[in-house]
Amino acid sequence: MSEALNIIKDKTLTYRQELIALARLGESTDDSLRYSDEYYQAKAKGALCDLNEGVMPYRPRYICPDYKVLFEKGSAFLELDPPKDLLEAVNALEIMYAHVPSITTYPVYLGDLDKLLEPFVLKEDRAYAKKILRLFLLHIDKVLTDSFVHADIGPEDSVTARILLELTEEMQLAVPNLTLRYDPEITSDDFAMACVKCMLKTSKPSFANHKMFVEEWGPDYAIASCYNGLKIAGGGFTLPRMRLYECSLDATSPEDFVNNVLPKYVDLQLEYMDKRVKFIVEESTFFTDNFLSTEGFVKQENFIGMFGLVGLAECCNHLLGIEDKKKGFGLNKEATELGIKIMDAIEKQVSEHVAPYCDAFGHRYKLHAQVGINTDGMDDSPGTRIPIFAEPSILEQLEVNEKFHKYFPTGTGDIFKFEETYEKTPEAILPIIKGSLANGLRYFSGYLENCDVVRVTGYLVKKSEIEKLRQNKQSLNNVTVFGQGAQDGGHALDRRVQKADDIISSSK
Amino acid sequence: MTLLAPVNKIIPFSNVDGPSNRTAIFFQGCCFNCLFCHNPETINMCISCGDCVKTCPVQALSFNEQGKVVWDSNKCVQCDTCIKTCQHNSSPKIKWMSVDEVVQEVKRTAPYIEGITTSGGECTLWNDFLIELYKEVKLLGKTCLIDSNGSFDFEKDPRILEVSDGVMLDVKAVGEKWNNYLIGYDRTMILKNLEYLLKVDKLYEVRTIIFPNRDKENEKTVRYVSNIIKDKCFYKIIRYRPFGVREEYQEALGDFTTDEDYAQKYVELAHSLGATKAYII
Repeated sequence: MSEALNIIKDKTLTYRQELIALARLGESTDDSLRYSDEYYQAKAKGALCDLNEGVMPYRPRYICPDYKVLFEKGSAFLELDPPKDLLEAVNALEIMYAHVPSITTYPVYLGDLDKLLEPFVLKEDRAYAKKILRLFLLHIDKVLTDSFVHADIGPEDSVTARILLELTEEMQLAVPNLTLRYDPEITSDDFAMACVKCMLKTSKPSFANHKMFVEEWGPDYAIASCYNGLKIAGGGFTLPRMRLYECSLDATSPEDFVNNVLPKYVDLQLEYMDKRVKFIVEESTFFTDNFLSTEGFVKQENFIGMFGLVGLAECCNHLLGIEDKKKGFGLNKEATELGIKIMDAIEKQVSEHVAPYCDAFGHRYKLHAQVGINTDGMDDSPGTRIPIFAEPSILEQLEVNEKFHKYFPTGTGDIFKFEETYEKTPEAILPIIKGSLANGLRYFSGYLENCDVVRVTGYLVKKSEIEKLRQNKQSLNNVTVFGQGAQDGGHALDRRVQKADDIISSSK
Repeated sequence: MTLLAPVNKIIPFSNVDGPSNRTAIFFQGCCFNCLFCHNPETINMCISCGDCVKTCPVQALSFNEQGKVVWDSNKCVQCDTCIKTCQHNSSPKIKWMSVDEVVQEVKRTAPYIEGITTSGGECTLWNDFLIELYKEVKLLGKTCLIDSNGSFDFEKDPRILEVSDGVMLDVKAVGEKWNNYLIGYDRTMILKNLEYLLKVDKLYEVRTIIFPNRDKENEKTVRYVSNIIKDKCFYKIIRYRPFGVREEYQEALGDFTTDEDYAQKYVELAHSLGATKAYII
């Protein structure tokens, strides 16, 4: 059967999912954008991966429009005036979302919803405002059917954020993903606790280290897709990734890897990124003709190339000949220190590379700890995470994370699964988040072990929806299939449950 | 001479040993022998009989030159075979630690916790050690709670209260016969501490276990405690759970968990008597 026929005959695909799959297939038939032979060789053996981004990038991978522009000026292309009340505001957003492209075809950033909507919410009766926001969230979940759709709240408390949290818990929807920009000096404990309680029941919001992001990006940053740090009115051009375990297979020793193998692959990925960034800016019409550009919702200089990687743990373990991952990266000082050495080398080489465009970032790319894809299996753990089934106690896991999160301004994070007693003691979680962010953690996600909406590697799925796919039925959310793959191949939902009787293994 | 105390284990993050996130430090040795004890291996000090040396599957236990059983934590795989083997309600996996060594562990968890809780066994058996430990932990800006069975005479020696933030006190049984059967220790001091700690504002919480099918005794204890504490401190109503309880005592007390609805009735009783901060876990 042809690949197209396979797609058409797949009983588990919805119409939209078929359409997207067929479009990708069509795109892959073109070969106008060529890379070096070395790049194709590296890709063939799995050392470099294009994340199925497509051979012909016709829009940036991630786009974070400045929705304030819509509220201040409206849109000529969409024939929308600035909204005057809450109903008009959510209607304008819903219309605009349908026209914000991305790698997934859905918008990966919905805006800082609390700041955008608060002036309108305050003008309405609270119950009425909640009813409108309920329909708004329902629209998002049922029309933007993709868990990489992401909204942000905080750091300040607001009526809008409180209503969104209430609805998130009541409605139990996988879309949108949600982040609290968290700064204990700005965010009240009461508001942060409301977020913790909601997170335990729905796996969201996650907690982003606001201070850290502001220092790197300025105040106008977005958290989009899984946990990607980007500039508002900007976005990410492209995100390929090094699969470090496969890269390490070429090396004869850790020194050989750092001195010879690694620089070669970093260069290949940089060269690949340069070509794609140039193509998007110079060949595609996104920046010259799309209304998002022409009407000032995005500015080309605010886009950045995201240099991704996965599998640092497996790479270090392989280079040191460690077969038992429970004695490897994250639990073994030598392996963790090798990880730091490798990250320092990658960071240095990438920061010395002059990238095309990326004007707002001094013509540089920034690193991204990619969360893995459903076909990675157990070969490459997401970014710099400790492998599933080898996770130490939460304390030790945080201590390792805190060493690595600084490398990744365009995103990294880790996920902690809490046992059910935490449902009655949510106040025990906030000090853990505060302490870890103060110690350099960038992004914290958690959920309770009995949740239906769960965080797989960075995105959210409903366990009940995965069951539908297993029964050969369709799931509305495009991402459910990724969750199924990540669970079947990578046991992503079997991460260690944090219990009160955990003792520190490394102090044994 | 350096103060040392036998530490059974340190749990870096605990959400069940007092408010918020705490580091819980469990000391070895207890003056009670409660039938329902969940960690009976913390009751007695090791007598180096060596039974566990024979059964350890990874040779992590051995005799030293003085004939004492020693534990190699690097070889240990935490299978707990030694604890199942022990006939003396003890454990060979005890570390005699100095105050400074315990403080080093707390320094590591300090960024993430509100404070520490010392538990056991019965931690007040190591009163002088605790006083020095609490002084150091206070310097880190953290709170210190004492988890106690109430056998220590806090009124006679209140030094530990001066450096701690409060006591979490077990009141297991008020009926005398039931108490003597259940814990094998006179209850007078426990009841005296209940009133004294409340008076000096150092009672953080009282805990009572609700046993299945023991209506009269459950009610007597809950009534007595509620009438004294009223709304002045938390009252944690705990469902009996057979997990960890020695098999011979499971026969006497029950091999099943107290029904939640049954235990909830006692929370409501406590509320009706003015103990409004009573809650079930």
